[in-house]
Parts: sequence; C-alpha cells; structure tokens
Amino acid sequence: MKIHQLSLFLENRPGQLLGPCRLLAQAGIDIRTLTLADTREFGILRMIVSDWQRGAQVLQEAGYVTNITEVVAVEVPDRPGGLAGLLELLESSNVNIEYMYAFTFGREGKAVLIFRFDNPDAAIARLQEAGINVVESVEVYNRIER
Amino acid sequence: MIQTCEQTAAGFHPASAPDYIPLPRMRELQSSRLRKIVERAYSRVELYRTRMDERGVRPEDIQSIDDITRLPFTYKADLRNTYPFGMFASPMSDVVRLHVSSGTTGKPIVVAYTREDVDVWTNVMVRSFAACGINHGDIIQNAYGYGLFTGGLGAHYGGEAIGATVIPISGGNTDRQIMIMKDFGVTAICCTPSYFTHLMDRAMELGVDLRALPIRVGVFGAEPWSESMRRCIETGAGIKAFDIYGLSEIIGPGVAIECPMHNGLHVFEDYFYPEVIDPVTEEPVPDGEEGELVLTTLSKTAMPMIRYRTRDITAMIPGECPCGRTIRRIHRVGRRSDDMFIVRGINVFPSQIEAALLAVEGTLPHYQIILTREKGLDEMEVQIEVTPEVFSDRIGALEELNRKLVHALDRTLGLRVRVRLVKPNTIARSEGKAKRVIDRRNLDE
Repeated sequence: MKIHQLSLFLENRPGQLLGPCRLLAQAGIDIRTLTLADTREFGILRMIVSDWQRGAQVLQEAGYVTNITEVVAVEVPDRPGGLAGLLELLESSNVNIEYMYAFTFGREGKAVLIFRFDNPDAAIARLQEAGINVVESVEVYNRIER
Repeated sequence: MIQTCEQTAAGFHPASAPDYIPLPRMRELQSSRLRKIVERAYSRVELYRTRMDERGVRPEDIQSIDDITRLPFTYKADLRNTYPFGMFASPMSDVVRLHVSSGTTGKPIVVAYTREDVDVWTNVMVRSFAACGINHGDIIQNAYGYGLFTGGLGAHYGGEAIGATVIPISGGNTDRQIMIMKDFGVTAICCTPSYFTHLMDRAMELGVDLRALPIRVGVFGAEPWSESMRRCIETGAGIKAFDIYGLSEIIGPGVAIECPMHNGLHVFEDYFYPEVIDPVTEEPVPDGEEGELVLTTLSKTAMPMIRYRTRDITAMIPGECPCGRTIRRIHRVGRRSDDMFIVRGINVFPSQIEAALLAVEGTLPHYQIILTREKGLDEMEVQIEVTPEVFSDRIGALEELNRKLVHALDRTLGLRVRVRLVKPNTIARSEGKAKRVIDRRNLDE
C-alpha cells in the first residue's frame, strides 16, 4: 500500500540538482516524479524512483544524505472537486497531511497524488473504507510506464 | 580494587618502570638531567646563551630541578626566528632525523633528533602504548600521517618496539582503512580523533559494524577532543579511547598519555619536565589550577627545549593515580591559548562549540566556523554537515534542528551565531589537525 519515497539534502546553491540526477541516470534509475522543497539555505529533493534501494545506495556512496519515507499514492477523479472531496474525507478522520504533490496524470480520467501522512496506516484504512483507490507501488510504476 | 590491579598488570611493560619511580628518586633524576641539558643548551645554542646572560643566570646556578624557574622561557617564535637550524645543539652529522611542523603563519618549525633522541621517543611511545593496554601481539593500524608530521613515525617506532605488528597505512583513503581494519583483524588504531569519527561515519555508510571487529583500543591525539566525543567513539566503535599528548617541538606524540583510569594524562616527566604557569604573570600556578603548560626536555640532545611555552591550557592533577604510576598527571588539553578567538569581544573556544553541537545532535557532526566582518561587526557562522541521523524529508524538522543549534550555541557562547546546514563531505577532512576556524575578518576589511 505504501510507496517508498527517496529524499535527499541539497544546499540552496546553483547546480545542486544536477549531481544526484546524473548519478541516478548513470545507474539506470528512472525518476518517476519529484518535488523540491526549499528554504533560503537548503532544500529537500523528494523523489519516487524505479528502484529506491539502489537509488539510495548510489546517492549515499556519492556522499549524499538520504532518507526513505513511506508515502501513499491515491487515485482521485481528474475533474473539478476531485481533490476537495478527498481532503474533506481526510480532514474528518484526523489524519494530518505533512505535504503532498501530484504524481502524474493517470489513465481513464484519474489523477494520482502522493501524500505524506503523519499516520499513513490510519489514512490508508480511512481511504479504503471510503472506496478510494490507494495505488500499489508496483502498479504505480507500471502505470507510469504507459 | 581487583579491577585496578588487573588494569595495572595489563598496562605493564618493562620499559614502563620509570612510570613507577618513587618521587624523591624522580626529583634526583630530573635534577641531574636538568644540569646536563642546561649546560649543553648554554654552551651550544646562541639563543639560550644570550637569554641566560641577559637574566644573569649561569649554568652552574642550576643545581636542582627546583631551580628551573630561574631559567628564561622559550617561545614558538624563537623556533621560527632561528629557522632552519638555529636551535640545534648537535652537528648535523649527529642528527639522524628532521621533522617539520606545519606553520600556519610564515616559516615552519624544524625539529631534529639524534640517535639517542629517537630512542627516547621510542621509549616514551612504548610506555604510552603499554598504558593503553597495547602490547606484543597487537596489530596496530597507524593512521597518523607519515612524513614531516611527527605522528606517523613516532607511533610507528613505538609500536614496533613494543612488539606489535604495525600497519603503516598513514592517513586518508578511508574505504581502504576500513577494509584493512576488517581483513587484517586490527586490534588498535592511532589517528586524530576527528579522523576516527569520519572513519566511523564511513563504516556505517558501508554497513561495517566496528563493534563487531577485533579492534579494542584507539590512541587519539594531535588535536583537542572532549569527553563527550570519547563517549561517542567508545560506544559507536566498541573500543577504549585513550588521549595521547605531544608536540613536535618537544618530541612528537608521547609526552603524556592516559592510563586506564582515564583521569588525566601521565607526563613522562623523567624526560619532559612539566610546569603550569599563569600565561600573563608567568608565575607558577598551584596544582589543580588552570594555566599554560610549560615543558623542558631533560635529555634531548639535538634540540633541547628549555621551558617551552606550549600555549596548551591544562592543570596539574594533585594526588596519586590509582593505576600506581607515580609520574604526575595533567588534565586533558581541551584548548590552546592560541585556539581561542574573539568574536564581538567574547572569548570563544572550538571545544565550547563542540559541546553545544553534541548536546543537540547526540553525536559530533563535522563542522567549521567562518568568521567575517560585516559593517564593522563580527559575524560568526557555524557550518554543520547534515548527517543521516538528523536528516528528514520534512522542511519543518530541519528548520527545527537549525533553531535548536542556534539556541544551544547562543546559550553556550552568549553569542548569536548563524547556523548553516551543509551537505556531507563539503567541509575538508583533517588527516593531521582539523582546521576548525576560517577567519576572513582581516581580508574583509
């Protein structure tokens, strides 16, 4: 149910993104999606990659500090109000969203969003109860292949 | 105190006998050696002759070790000003080794050894290793730099003389260090404490658990380190960590060593006579009080040092050590009078910064202090490498860490400083002494 997100520390200086991206490329690891959070002095690059274990290893060996977090991929209808409905549900269930970002467009009028919850298991249970599709990691990777 | 007896027995080596000499006999030995060395220095080194003449002190005035306070001090600047060979008391044909100490400003310092001097050095290193529980049968990974720096060869000769197997790996190439440590069944390591923490970090990245390896002793020196750093090293690597003290001007490593009590360092005072003075009034301070360590080499032939001002801050520890050694102890040198820097009128020691960082993170990260001057005001930035333990995917967590670091530094120093989290391995690693402070204030003006 949960997906492994690979995060790494970057300094907020020009050219900092190139190094890790090139390392992953050389190792044949595909970045499915990414988001960059930044402050004035540093940033955190968060990625969903095709092979997170090897991705983490490659980056660590090159001296990067990495972190693996479990996030949840949720399928929402790609129409006005699709996300709002989901957020309402989560709000009513006392699950905190630490942050979120859009994965990519899915298929058949569905979009996939990545959520970092404070309590992913509770969130997944609540979502499934409500009949919302929580996307399995294998499926996420496969789906994005198309 | 069965434990004490065992520890004493484990730390014994025939060469360690002088460590246990009764005090009156030690004073006799020191007095007779002092007479000879003063005579030698006066007759062979112009600087000593001039200084003593200026003070109206003749070599024959120095009869007992207590007369030492009548002698003039020697300073690091004297070694620079007489560069390269002006302090030599032996002809070059008797000198078997030259070492050069890094000069941060201007000329470096040259130190010379005769055959006898090298033997003394080897002797004190054997006694040092014995005190750390290293003996015949140990495998020592000597990761001090070999070359002009005294650390490498000093530990090397001592290690061979005690009958251990010495791996002269020198500093650097950490991955290979870890491989050899594992593959060769290394039982002891010598290096700077900051390099060892770097090695620990790297071992963790490579998935090597140092605690599971045969290594059991670390002999760390060449830079100040704290008790909390010792705890980090001992628990993280599963070894006993010993502090060794020395300086090139006196001999190199092996001037003083911790025993298994880990309560101060025993000075090999049959060869290096210690005094602790007030650096300002230049008067001796009572035992137990802090001051600057002054050392006199009692037997060094190629380059005698008379009352050398080390700039290292310590205190003489009163009382006997339970380990049974009678030679006196000094407190660990946590700071040097020239390590200190002043920011907006406040005295700051790198050791204070280390303590603050340790308190927040639990382990000591690599850090560097950058001093600049902006609009006439001193600014201090502490750059701290982010470790896997503190890194988070949440911005808020890192900002919170930053705030805590600023707060801890503020509380310790009484100074508002900037904290900048930086990527790992961006701060240069020391294989000799760590360069903790980059002072750009003069350049900025």
